[in-house]
Amino acid sequence: MTFKKRLLAVAAVGVALALPMSASAHRGWLLPAFTTLSGDNAWVTVDAAISNELFYPDHRPMRPDGVQVLGPDGAADKIQNASTGQYRSTFDVQLTKPGTYKIFTASNSVMASWTENGEVKRFRGSTEDFAKQVPAGAADLKTIKTASRNETFVTRDKPSTGALAPTGKGLELVPVTNPTDVVATEAATFKFVLDGKPAANLEVTFIPGGARWRASPGEIKVKTGADGAVKFTLPEAGMYWVNATVRSGETGRGPGGPGMGGPGGAPGAPGGAPQGPATPLAGNGVSASYTAVIEAQRP
Amino acid sequence: MKSKLSLLTFAGAAVASAPALAADLNVTVEIPRLTVAEYHKPYVSIWIENPADATAAGTLAVWYDADNREDHGAKWLKDMRQWWRKAGREMSFPADGVSGATRAPGPQKLVFAGSKGALKALKPGQYNLVVEAAREVGGHEAVRVPFTWGKPGKPATAKGASELGAVTVSVK
Repeated sequence: MTFKKRLLAVAAVGVALALPMSASAHRGWLLPAFTTLSGDNAWVTVDAAISNELFYPDHRPMRPDGVQVLGPDGAADKIQNASTGQYRSTFDVQLTKPGTYKIFTASNSVMASWTENGEVKRFRGSTEDFAKQVPAGAADLKTIKTASRNETFVTRDKPSTGALAPTGKGLELVPVTNPTDVVATEAATFKFVLDGKPAANLEVTFIPGGARWRASPGEIKVKTGADGAVKFTLPEAGMYWVNATVRSGETGRGPGGPGMGGPGGAPGAPGGAPQGPATPLAGNGVSASYTAVIEAQRP
Repeated sequence: MKSKLSLLTFAGAAVASAPALAADLNVTVEIPRLTVAEYHKPYVSIWIENPADATAAGTLAVWYDADNREDHGAKWLKDMRQWWRKAGREMSFPADGVSGATRAPGPQKLVFAGSKGALKALKPGQYNLVVEAAREVGGHEAVRVPFTWGKPGKPATAKGASELGAVTVSVK
């Protein structure tokens, strides 16, 4: 095996390690013990994992490193007491202010190929590293851009929207109904935006937890209208996994299942360094996935 | 003399225009005696609901453990979840004239004066009185009793099945 071939093999393993989720039903989730809390001494504990069944940690922990918190005023807050076990991570968030907190992971990555001095070059890494490491105006440049978010929401006292403003990047949920205000058997509305614009005709899947004690997954699929809004009624109280994915052009990975959401699902992800000679990408592509865990409260 | 006269006139007008406000809401709530290994007195909220859209029209009483050293009882207010979503989370606790200690099993007789609190501003019409109970390591139940505010009426009663006994409401 030549050195070049070996490098290529390593790179291939790296990609395979980074993307096991897309080929199967592994689902990333941030599961809070409560979504509604009261009183000024409120804490919430959250489990973070990537699993097959919802919400049983049966596959891998989600790394807490990438988990972010926005407080009710929209300012960054922090997770505390993080630890990672074999199958799940766990951490706490102290709700020092009244209002709705967003706990989430968000990532943007780029795969690229281009030609330099007659040689095909490949890149895989963050949007920031792409800008630094891939020469502007590179010949035969092809990119596959991926954005994924994985969120959950917790409200102390009265719900608020300060933490829920969209960033305009990737696929995002904009509350019409506050995500901590969804009540089983009552209609609720969410809006989805892709890069800040309404995500029309988007299929949104709701899957209830407690899968182990049900014969069928019980998933509910609904589509957004032209304004990106989707009205839905969840039949039973409980925690639900919400997922939507937008793909266009090349994916670089063949047909996949639901997005895993979140960078925590990629242990062993390769760094942003250019990866030597390789085959060029088949074309350009964009994919964005959105995942959340919400509670349907008892009526 | 002149100013006294106008004051009197004003008082007379107020009484004449809103006689309904003089009425009180009489409520009896039966807290059942439960034979369980670990019994805690329930948290109870007593509130008024608009029957048309199920929104809250005011909170009359909240019984909880405000003296709890750790969390002042506020941690569990959310467990009276219908009231919490519709009214409680908008309030701050302790709430004057509303907050009270938890009560022991037995009939609890209450009189809510029409001249005070949520009843003072309540427009005449049809309402539900909701008594919602949540018990630590126990269950949750809400009992609704319809009443007409604005004129005296016969008592109405509804019965809970688990966490609450009979709830009787009359406007007098």
